[in-house]
Amino acid sequence: MIGWKDIPPGMVILEAGSALKVKTGSWRAAYRPKWIEENCIHCLLCWLYCPDNSVKVKNGKREEFDYDYCKGCGICALECPGKKGKKAIVMEEEVK
Amino acid sequence: MATPINLKELSKQEVRFTAGHRLCAGCAAPIVVKMVLLAACDYPVVVASSTGCLEVSSCISTYTAWKVPWIHNAFENAAATLSGVESMYRALKKRGKIDKDIKFIAICGDGGSYDIGFQSLSGAMERGHDMLYVCYDNGAYMNTGIQRSGATPTFADTTTCPAGVVIPGKPQQRKDLTRIMAAHGLPYVAQASPSHWPDLMKKVRKAIEISGPKFINIFTPCNRGWRSRTDDAIMLSRLAVETCFWPLYEVEEGITRITVKPRDKRPIVEFLKAQGRFKHLFEPGKEKMIEQLQEMIDKNWERLLKEEEMTSPKDEGNE
Repeated sequence: MIGWKDIPPGMVILEAGSALKVKTGSWRAAYRPKWIEENCIHCLLCWLYCPDNSVKVKNGKREEFDYDYCKGCGICALECPGKKGKKAIVMEEEVK
Repeated sequence: MATPINLKELSKQEVRFTAGHRLCAGCAAPIVVKMVLLAACDYPVVVASSTGCLEVSSCISTYTAWKVPWIHNAFENAAATLSGVESMYRALKKRGKIDKDIKFIAICGDGGSYDIGFQSLSGAMERGHDMLYVCYDNGAYMNTGIQRSGATPTFADTTTCPAGVVIPGKPQQRKDLTRIMAAHGLPYVAQASPSHWPDLMKKVRKAIEISGPKFINIFTPCNRGWRSRTDDAIMLSRLAVETCFWPLYEVEEGITRITVKPRDKRPIVEFLKAQGRFKHLFEPGKEKMIEQLQEMIDKNWERLLKEEEMTSPKDEGNE
């Protein structure tokens, strides 16, 4: 627990990106995205369009979702071009 | 060398706006911020924000989502605050205390740009500070509960202009801030949309390479305030471009250029019906209002086409 004495004057935050400590994944209510690797063309649009940086990419290739931060908005699933008409991201019911 | 604008190369860059921010699920503002910062990935940047959704949600208590130096002062003065920071930078550079090439970007909402922050924006641009001002336009004061702003489109339902028997949503026209900024005679003014991300990033990149005041207005859907689905932010911004509600153009040294011309201009109805804030327009007897909106959009689009033709540099060989 942070007390007022721990906060630098002027409400300056010295640690860049400290919001990462807040796991917004708990906001997901009904749905969570599911990645289907065989339909993925690694276009990385989901990485770009994700408001919560929850799509991990390594060396230009897509990796699994980061469910710690994903709020389940579904933009990735809607925008996914997929392969031969089959989506690489679908929304499925959230399991708690 | 500048990082090429393709997703494979950009994904190797650090995203300087982290997860863990408290913006709503499906908000387009963090997408816009991500795109702007990725386009500027070759430079150290300093960002200022005015009060708004982005500011309150990216910086709560001791948690910040920013990985760049970031400053918030008040609602009305992001441009003035950043002017001061930029002046200090120039003074230190002159004295040889800083040798880095730093870019200054203000990212503010439409309330902090169209209305409350308008005088400080206009002043900073007129004084010619070397900064890029990005307005993420979601068309109302979403943070405080969807009150109308100068950017709210005509006939949109908000909590301070509720659609009912007395008024059909916002009775007035929306302010065209991009044109107002172009009238300041700035070296670079543009309008962009996250659905057309290469265009957006090219504009940001072009702007930061130009010295002097620059302005980019970016369309930013808000599912909470627009009463739409959480997954349609990008789809709605695409529709806004294709219906010419939000034309993509730039004004560089007085020369207007439309950067994306929709192949088939779609009727505005398609954009309206996806949003709950326009649902009253689909009640019987309100067809006139949709026609009126279509007329307004057509008139603006025609004017923009004429402006492009009028300002385009004439090829002397053809004269």
